[in-house]
Amino acid sequence: MKRLSFLYLALAYAFIFLPVAVLVVFSFQDGRLPVPPFQGVTLKWYEKVLSDEGLMTALGHSALVAFGSSGVALALGFLAAHGLARVALPGSLLMRGLLIAPMTVSYLIIGLGLLTVFNQAGIKPSLVATGIGHVVINLPLCFAICFAAMGDHQKSAERAARDLGASEVQVLWHISAPMLAPALAAAFFLSVTFSWDEFIIAFLLTRFEVTLPVEIWSMLRSGLSPATNAIGSLVFLVSALVVIVLETLMRRKA
Amino acid sequence: MSREDRLGWGLVAPALLWTAAFFVLPFLAMLALSFAHMEGREVVHGFSFGNYVKAFGDWSQLKALVNSIEITLTVTVLSVLLAWPLAATIAWSVPPRWQRAALLAAILPFWTSYVVRSYSWALVLGKTGVLNRGFGLIGLGPYEMASTRFATVIGFTHFFVMLLTLTIYANLVQLSPNYLRAAQDLGASRLRAFVHVILPLTLPGIVTGAFVTFTLCIGDYITPQILGGNNELTLPQLIMLQMGRGGNFPMASALSVILMAVVTLAYAACARWLRLDRL
Repeated sequence: MKRLSFLYLALAYAFIFLPVAVLVVFSFQDGRLPVPPFQGVTLKWYEKVLSDEGLMTALGHSALVAFGSSGVALALGFLAAHGLARVALPGSLLMRGLLIAPMTVSYLIIGLGLLTVFNQAGIKPSLVATGIGHVVINLPLCFAICFAAMGDHQKSAERAARDLGASEVQVLWHISAPMLAPALAAAFFLSVTFSWDEFIIAFLLTRFEVTLPVEIWSMLRSGLSPATNAIGSLVFLVSALVVIVLETLMRRKA
Repeated sequence: MSREDRLGWGLVAPALLWTAAFFVLPFLAMLALSFAHMEGREVVHGFSFGNYVKAFGDWSQLKALVNSIEITLTVTVLSVLLAWPLAATIAWSVPPRWQRAALLAAILPFWTSYVVRSYSWALVLGKTGVLNRGFGLIGLGPYEMASTRFATVIGFTHFFVMLLTLTIYANLVQLSPNYLRAAQDLGASRLRAFVHVILPLTLPGIVTGAFVTFTLCIGDYITPQILGGNNELTLPQLIMLQMGRGGNFPMASALSVILMAVVTLAYAACARWLRLDRL
């Protein structure tokens, strides 16, 4: 039984890692096509990708949109969670439902809806438009994470601060935010990874200035190339490092 | 209104306004647009069910919905069947100190770029790809695997096995082993204990994961576009096609509303067991 389950584990890992392994291995391909036979090791595709102006600009745009939209989503989500957790407002269940709702709608529909409205309002596709879309998809996440993290322990600390004469802004800034720091960081980085990797909204709402997934998409349309493998491997390397660092940090804390 | 209430509203208002302006309003605009129609290249606003009649009456349009539902159901079932044993093995057979590492490894490719992941599968499954080379060595193939529904299903399943492993694992580790022990003490066989005790207890994790899988899968454009080939379209591909080629926003809107309706039906079907807050 034990042997069988480890056999399954090995097969499952093989399935999960197969595409990544192929991606990385053939990014070093010394040839024109990223398929077997493997013709030798070269770094020229990495060189090509790193000196590709279009890709590097798109990378910058992606970072800008990811950090910007995640910051806005986190601020809005945190304030809303604080408000709903602290004050018993009429219809608060309904408001929570509304704030969470975008989570269950596919990105394509959110993007298409925004495109429709922006068209009618005469707003041109841009990185800002994409950022607005990314706040829509990440706000539910940030709100939910912050809301779930707010406990009684924190409420009494806030009340104590208020009794001692702290203003609401001071309470938020000096008590709530630091106490929620792990949840805030988790929400922020999760949002960054989602926005960073998001394709369809960025595809619909950008035109001349595009984000990295959209740029990679247009690379794909010109056929298979080890250069695509190289940029894909780089993105994977960076994300994997971020995840592993976060995991080790959280572990050390716990 | 008391000071407290004003403060509460003030804190919630920005998020609510954002959601209203950039989520609710666009959806309503899309809903209104779905009742409009095209004359030439111009959108004519009005109130007709023409787009919906066409979406369900015209087989070339309806086929996309059918394809999407077939693919999504296949992927959801396949992913659950593959992910459950993986999550269970990690939770029960891997020594505790290695569990987090094993789980992290199982979802590491999750962090490759979504577009690149589908591209990688195209490389693996292609006619000159690694898999066909492997088959060639043992005298089989080559098989045409890329640009087929099979490739789309594999690409999706790969992604969602990782997601489901995570949700099911989270569910399994909360289970006390006492349940199984109690069932066995009371004379249940391993199989009986599994079917009547363990499985029902992990149902919330399975259903939550399956619902998320269904929602993401049926709304995805990239994976079928890169891996599916040109033989058949899924609903998101048809939506993009309507919008791109003809600029037919009304039809694209109607198809999107149908897509949302399908997801809502799926939600209603599994609402009983859903624990979205546990994600």
